[in-house]
Amino acid sequence: MSAIVQFENVGLRYGLDRETLSDVSFSLASGGFYFLTGASGAGKTSLLKLLYLAQRPSRGVIRLFGEDVVTLPRKRLPGFRRRIGVVFQDFRLVPHLSAYDNIALPLRVAGMKEDEVDAPVAEMLNWVGLGDRGDARPATLSGGEQQRVAIARAVIGRPEILVADEPTGNVDADMARRLLTLFEALNRLGTTVVVATHDLPLMAQVSGAQMMKLDKGRLADPTGTLRYPPRARADQDGGESG
Amino acid sequence: MSGRAERKAAIAARHRLLPGGRVAGPMPWIIAIMMFVTVLAAAAGLGLGAAVQSMRADLAGRASVQVVEADAQTRAALAAQTLRMLRAAPEVRTADPVPSAVLADQLRPWLGEEAFNGDLPVPALIDVMLTPGDAGAKVDRLRQRLAALSSKLRVDPHAAFLTPLAGLLSALGLLALGAVLLMMLATAAVVVLAARGAHDSHRGTIDVLHLMGSTDVQIARLFQRRIGLDALMGGALGFSFGIFVILLIGLQLGATGSELLAAITLPWQGWLILAALPVAGVLLATLTARWTVLRALGRTL
Repeated sequence: MSAIVQFENVGLRYGLDRETLSDVSFSLASGGFYFLTGASGAGKTSLLKLLYLAQRPSRGVIRLFGEDVVTLPRKRLPGFRRRIGVVFQDFRLVPHLSAYDNIALPLRVAGMKEDEVDAPVAEMLNWVGLGDRGDARPATLSGGEQQRVAIARAVIGRPEILVADEPTGNVDADMARRLLTLFEALNRLGTTVVVATHDLPLMAQVSGAQMMKLDKGRLADPTGTLRYPPRARADQDGGESG
Repeated sequence: MSGRAERKAAIAARHRLLPGGRVAGPMPWIIAIMMFVTVLAAAAGLGLGAAVQSMRADLAGRASVQVVEADAQTRAALAAQTLRMLRAAPEVRTADPVPSAVLADQLRPWLGEEAFNGDLPVPALIDVMLTPGDAGAKVDRLRQRLAALSSKLRVDPHAAFLTPLAGLLSALGLLALGAVLLMMLATAAVVVLAARGAHDSHRGTIDVLHLMGSTDVQIARLFQRRIGLDALMGGALGFSFGIFVILLIGLQLGATGSELLAAITLPWQGWLILAALPVAGVLLATLTARWTVLRALGRTL
């Protein structure tokens, strides 16, 4: 499997503060399932921001889909962003849009014709168990329902990379398990999944997933895996899992 | 769903990306007031310009010849001789004596009834219309001819009387057009502020759209359409009210009976320019909104 994400000596500093991320190097194999863990303030969200192109690093090189995105002209970023699905920690649903329209956003942004939007959105609503809540505004949805809308929005465009920041933080154990099953299903379709979470039991449920641990902005134990990946994946990933 | 209905649904869905009420706010009303003032200022500028032009066209080829002679009999004889000479002059198209009754009517308010009992020598006046061409040179030649006839004859080109007034009207017209430009600038400034405010208040939505791969142009289009619609609504309102007021003023000017004020009319080109103002306002607002939002977005990643 080829590397879909490569970080080389990446550092991130906000203003004049000390570096939030220092010398972060790793690569993610295309089609892999990765957990990113670490204590609060370790830099997980910052690393994910670099990954979904909300931030440029202060130093180092980031390659996505084989291209250096640090020096990428700004006008080319939308094309890369459309290949990445993001589940934000705070959901970031558009408050005046219904659940249906929130989920349809990536398709409309990509310029899909309106008559082609309905079927995938309806399918996605059913997939996350909100088939009858399409007209509901985010404010009328529970935290868990909002979370599921955010996940549906992130995956509807069949992204090549799915980045999720604490996606199970607001749902009960049963729903967390269901969401993880959704991620695994997507992963089986070829999407590289990166999930930031504290939930160790949850991580244990995904066979073959690998773990990256951040400690004070540095990648700790970069070779550590939560569980040894299946032979096929281990052979192909080799030392890349960093 | 038909193709047209689908397109409409698609457009509506995409335009829902920004909430309805907030961007609009007072914008249409501000644009309406600005358009109202702009239309009035433009109408004033165009009307005064047209008045000056018409005045110049009317007066450029006209002059009065005064026969300044105290003795009434000598004055009448000299006036008749002058009239004959004028009618024979190649520079003159027509020459007509101003009837003494008309003169009396015009002087009565200032000199009273007693002025015409014969004690006060009132000059005889001859209205002269020159042939087309260089009026200044023709007046000069006429002066030479009349000077050869008598030293008591004076030529006053009408244009000379009204040069200061025409200058004043021209200045007022330019001032009005300057006001139009200032209003356009102010409209652009208001749109810049509104677009910045809208951009700031929707930053969360914009960030989400950006991270999903929206281009700057896609996002700017949402704002420019909304602000363009506001400008269209406000512009139409301000324009309609402005035209209503202009028509009302036109009626009032006509009712004064003054030739000078009646000269302040709008030619058809003027009406066309006025009609183009709301269109220009919408274009200005739309382009300004686009430029402002693109600039603001350009500062983000």
